[in-house]
Amino acid sequence: MAHDTTHVHKSNTKRIWTVFIIMSVVTLVEVFLGIVKPEFLTDTYFISLKLLNWIFIILTIVKAYYIAWAFMHLEGESKGLRRAVVWTSTFLIIYLVFILLTEGDYVYEVMNRGNIAWDF
Amino acid sequence: METTVARTGTEGRTWGGGNEPLKVSYGKMMMWFFILSDALTFSGFLASYGFARYKFADSWPIADEVFNHFPFLHGVDAPMYYVALMTFILIFSSVTMVLAVDAGHQMKKGKVTFYMLLTIIGGIIFLGSQAWEWKNFITGTYGAIETRGGNVLQVVDSDGHRVALDEFVTAAPRERVLHERTNGLWFKDEPTLQRYTIDDVITGFTANPNLHIRTQELTSTGEKVVLTRQASLAKLESDGIGIIEGANLQKNEYGNPLFGDFFFFITGFHGFHVLTGVFINIIIFFNVLIGTYERRGHYEMVEKVGLYWHFVDLVWVFVFTFFYLV
Repeated sequence: MAHDTTHVHKSNTKRIWTVFIIMSVVTLVEVFLGIVKPEFLTDTYFISLKLLNWIFIILTIVKAYYIAWAFMHLEGESKGLRRAVVWTSTFLIIYLVFILLTEGDYVYEVMNRGNIAWDF
Repeated sequence: METTVARTGTEGRTWGGGNEPLKVSYGKMMMWFFILSDALTFSGFLASYGFARYKFADSWPIADEVFNHFPFLHGVDAPMYYVALMTFILIFSSVTMVLAVDAGHQMKKGKVTFYMLLTIIGGIIFLGSQAWEWKNFITGTYGAIETRGGNVLQVVDSDGHRVALDEFVTAAPRERVLHERTNGLWFKDEPTLQRYTIDDVITGFTANPNLHIRTQELTSTGEKVVLTRQASLAKLESDGIGIIEGANLQKNEYGNPLFGDFFFFITGFHGFHVLTGVFINIIIFFNVLIGTYERRGHYEMVEKVGLYWHFVDLVWVFVFTFFYLV
């Protein structure tokens, strides 16, 4: 139990600061890439998304992982709670994003090809 | 400290009520489930933002041009530095929060108090930054011309640098006055008169031969299309109906109206979470001060509000990526 007074908690301060440094570095890399925008990253596409955007998304998930695992202490919770939270959200979010982006792309195509004037 | 535990005779029985299948207290588990559902709400917002981006894939505003302000650097193009700073502030306040939780585990009241205070201050600074960001967004910088189709035309010079409407437009003398309640029997609401009419803009534009019109459309390299001088004048005369300065929920000078709507809703909803987070933190801070948790024997309440606070940080990480970076 989290508030079992008989159990002595050892301090996690060192881990907290390590995680803070990792997250700061990741943010700095993101900002640097966002300002510089290297051409080979913006010109290369992977699954119809710029490589640069893939890097941003992956780095964001890395940060989210550290926040959830270290700060929100998911790493110390029971497997059941961790899975109830992480699996549920991951599945539903991927599902939702997939549907909405597919639909958005379809609407874009319709507006481009169909006889719909949107700029007049 | 001695804790009183009520013995109900059901200990160890599966359906006795004393079990914690996920090995967390009731309050913490409910906080997790609330966070889960709140995360799905934010995903809904961000996914629909993605929908709009894909729908207007070749005409969406470029975030770097919109969010390029930095305090005390007036007129300097500083894309993203400010949001990066805001991100750091929020991450750091998350760190102080987790340090408070850590100190709570060791029952160090002084440290908990100090770190909670730092967290609250971080939250308030973040909220202030967001207010400043909103103020810049709402006021706008350059102004734009509204077209009949509900799009915007922006003005650039021959080098492609943005030109504000003020720099080349002078308002011609006008007869028309705002219709007000005092001089009308059947008062119909009238929107505020704009500073310039479209005719003022066209006059000013014609007088400055180095000006060009930039449309909302994006080229394949992700830059906005700049029209030739002739095409600019033709576009202005045929499509322009008025000017837009700044942003509201109906229209904004940056481009697509949905861009402004999503900005207000997503950062606003997140800012509202930060605000409630700060309030809850303040309540818990005073509870720590008067020794409520010292008497209770554990600082689990700090841990629970900590979860909420980290979640707010977690959401910001995604908002930062999808609104400002991608």
